[in-house]
Amino acid sequence: MNEETRTATLAGARDDARSRADGAPTTGPTVPPTAAPDLPVGVAPGSVVWDEPVPGGGYASCQLPRNAVLQVSDPDGDACVQLLVYRADQTAERLNVADTVKVQWQAYLGEGVLLLSDMGRVLMTIVDDTSARHDCLGGCSNRRRNDERYGDGSMWGPAPNGRDLLALGAAKHGLGRVDLGPPVNLFKSVRVGGDGALHLDGSRRPGTHVALRAELDVIVVVANTPHPLDDRDSYTVSPARCTAWLGGPAADSPSTPERQRAYENTALVLGAHS
Amino acid sequence: MIVHDEVLAARAPWARVVRAGETLRVVDLGGNQAVDCLLYDAADPVHRYSAADTIVGQRNIFLVEGTQLLSNEGVPMMTITATTCAYHDTIGGACSRESNTLRYGHHTAHQHACVDNFLHAAAPFGLGKRDLVSNINWFMNVPVGDDGMLGIVDGISAPGLSLDVRAEIDVLVLISNCPQINNPCNGFDPTPVQLQVIAAP
Repeated sequence: MNEETRTATLAGARDDARSRADGAPTTGPTVPPTAAPDLPVGVAPGSVVWDEPVPGGGYASCQLPRNAVLQVSDPDGDACVQLLVYRADQTAERLNVADTVKVQWQAYLGEGVLLLSDMGRVLMTIVDDTSARHDCLGGCSNRRRNDERYGDGSMWGPAPNGRDLLALGAAKHGLGRVDLGPPVNLFKSVRVGGDGALHLDGSRRPGTHVALRAELDVIVVVANTPHPLDDRDSYTVSPARCTAWLGGPAADSPSTPERQRAYENTALVLGAHS
Repeated sequence: MIVHDEVLAARAPWARVVRAGETLRVVDLGGNQAVDCLLYDAADPVHRYSAADTIVGQRNIFLVEGTQLLSNEGVPMMTITATTCAYHDTIGGACSRESNTLRYGHHTAHQHACVDNFLHAAAPFGLGKRDLVSNINWFMNVPVGDDGMLGIVDGISAPGLSLDVRAEIDVLVLISNCPQINNPCNGFDPTPVQLQVIAAP
């Protein structure tokens, strides 16, 4: 009998469980999100719908309505956020990184760049970007890779792999491993040399962020794990933060004919739903 | 020993399980014919080709002789054992009716495209749209400039150039003989390709 412990009885166990929130560290999502700290200038606290730190080796996900803005920030400068995006009301439509780079004639992400779906529509627009170091080519780590590099790359271990974390985030929305395509990496860039060689810029750069406006109702899934080209021996990744608010400004005039037509295709489906 | 040999018509889809040890040979009969290709573990199609893992694995975007085509779990699925075309693409993706409208105008919405070939070829194996990911483009030339500018430019292939890929596991291979007519990936003129499967030595 464990009569000495405070959890030996149902009432004791309940009281113990309830006591765990007292004075707890503020590492979880901000509840309510309208209490989110450090909002960008011009963002009304009442418009915030999601504010959640994503620890290194962690993941998160959220469904966001059209026109919501998602800001992903890298306060300590060593985050590497894998991002997947799905159209919420038709999840077979999802981020396509190949179309994203090919249609826009540009391998590198930055302000004004669209995240395109595999159906010729815009899922999200990058509306603000103080990092400008992202990656559409390298994808994420997997169990095998992190096992080899860190010894134990299991999702439940000390060096969780990106793929298994993204799978969990997607699963929370009824999606499976079948639905995992290549993600975008935020805050670590990969540049391509003239000979085709890949070069990771993994330098630490505190205090940057990237903001993406949803152009359709979307599900976003993020993981925060070292880039698969990160050669450091130790599993090094600092916390990221996801903050989303409603009522982002409308898109600026698209700067290229390809982007113009992507918005036109997106408007078509919105018309069909109204 | 050649266990399968056919000429795949211009614009057509194809699918076949290539067994471990067998080699798939693709011959560019007409020259500069993009051949879009996806790979699935025949025993578990959720385990499939990953362009990202493949280019990260070799730290280079170009597929060349010796390149291991890796799965989304980092497992070698096939190996390029020979190629007379210097390199091949895996970052440009497949054309689709939908993306064609962005790239070339809304008037292209009813032109045939690789994604439709993939969907048609995948269906008998129980695979669908959710199973399509970034693919291989045999014989296609997609350079990336210093400023990140990327696109499909004139090919480096020629009539009779070929490649051999050896299966490391049993692999379901989907192919779309690319029907694109709006860019130089097929020299603006889709042509047939030869597909052979060669038994393990």
